[in-house]
Amino acid sequence: MSVIYILWLRELKRYTRSRVQIVSSLGQPLLYLLVLGYGLSPVFRASGAGSYLQFVAPGVICMTVLFSSMFSGIALLWDRQFGFLKETLVAPVPRIQIMIGRTCGAATTALLQGVLVAVVCVIAGFRPVSIALVPLGLAFLMLIAVVFTALGTTIGSSLKDMQGFQMVMNFLVLPIFFLSGALFPLQHLPAVLTVLTSIDPLSYGVDGMRGALIAQSHFGMSLDAGVLGGVALAVIVAGAWRFSKIEV
Amino acid sequence: MIVVENLTRKFGDFTAVDSVSFEVGAGEIFAFLGPNGAGKTTTIRMLTTLLAPTSGRLRIDGLDPVRQQHEVRTRFGIVFQDPSLDQNLTARENMDLHGVLYGVPRRVRRERIEVLLRLFELWERRDDLVQQFSGGMRRRLEIARGLLHTPRILFLDEPTLGLDPQSRNQLWTHVRQLNQEEGVTVFLTTHYLDEADRVAGRIAVIDHGKIVAIGTSQQLKERTGKATLEEAFLALTGTALRDESANAAERMRAMARMWRGRR
Repeated sequence: MSVIYILWLRELKRYTRSRVQIVSSLGQPLLYLLVLGYGLSPVFRASGAGSYLQFVAPGVICMTVLFSSMFSGIALLWDRQFGFLKETLVAPVPRIQIMIGRTCGAATTALLQGVLVAVVCVIAGFRPVSIALVPLGLAFLMLIAVVFTALGTTIGSSLKDMQGFQMVMNFLVLPIFFLSGALFPLQHLPAVLTVLTSIDPLSYGVDGMRGALIAQSHFGMSLDAGVLGGVALAVIVAGAWRFSKIEV
Repeated sequence: MIVVENLTRKFGDFTAVDSVSFEVGAGEIFAFLGPNGAGKTTTIRMLTTLLAPTSGRLRIDGLDPVRQQHEVRTRFGIVFQDPSLDQNLTARENMDLHGVLYGVPRRVRRERIEVLLRLFELWERRDDLVQQFSGGMRRRLEIARGLLHTPRILFLDEPTLGLDPQSRNQLWTHVRQLNQEEGVTVFLTTHYLDEADRVAGRIAVIDHGKIVAIGTSQQLKERTGKATLEEAFLALTGTALRDESANAAERMRAMARMWRGRR
């Protein structure tokens, strides 16, 4: 237990100490929020769908958590050759504890980053419809963080060197984001997009967040929670398995 | 302390380590020398439980690294070729984390961290982030950390790579002092033959996966009829350059150099 705790604490310390990184990682979400949020607002409103800022804010929060958790998972690749991870892998500690500690830590920091962006959203004019449902949104955000940190861990444990990293960013992380409905409603899409969006796990995260924060849910929040929970379980198992196979 | 008999490791058709046998006694400083790709790191990985041998017998402090992985891991400390400190933590936090990983009780941990950091002249900087440390300081901290759980054996895989002569000299002075005071057995690899000559009691030279010579520096020089260890080494291993094809770790290392400069 103390091993898991100290590895979790390590991730948290690293996060709070990298102030520059925290601030600079707000840049991208801000662009999406302000430029798209205000830019597409007139069109969105004209089509009778309400405020685009209200609509896109949960998506932007999810995007932050997605990028942040996938990145820290994949950073494992670097960490195991040039970082502290290598030291933990020769310690007399079961690998599973190291994996859990690291994943919990990375998921927590991703969640914190998401909350930070949520605060920025509120400052920009976003208003959740019900304060009582905010904790539910937080729970969805946590599930998203766990799913994608574990997915990142799985990939980071499997890649051999940094060349694979760019591939993963372009062919996995960005499609997951763009196909999640973070930026557009899932209704009335062409058939191909309907299929693709409904196999993207992040769709259910974004949908759950919208359900909790702006009371608009496409799949229904219980389906969202069920799918995310199931995927979380599957990727944690996959991550633990891949992690146990890492060679130093 | 270390017993190796007919140790072999194959990667597909390639035999990285070929029927190697040697023994290292308790309290010895033993240098393992060889050109790039000779099988040094593969041997260390097998000794430190990170890689299973294809065949052969291994004993670390009487234990089998394959079957008694956990027990063996508590018996040695290791400093890898690549840095493995958390740069966003302080020196003391890095030490403390290691102590928790190795199950060192809190009180012992606190005392031993102070002893080791003082010994390695890092106590004054204990609460500074590692990223503010020089290459030599980082290496010293890694060695101090490797000794925190009072291991019987310390593995040092090219610990002085990229350090200036002053830092190298200081590092070996510390290692020798520890070897004398705590009786820790040291198993090291290096490309600086003058270091091996000065520090190591016995030296093994490995090439193409086989041990070509083993003995004190004096014995190696006599055997080859050369005046220095460097000449003896070249006589034993030849002067041909070893161009290994870069593996994944090498490519990452090249990338690391590009981004950060040499450590």
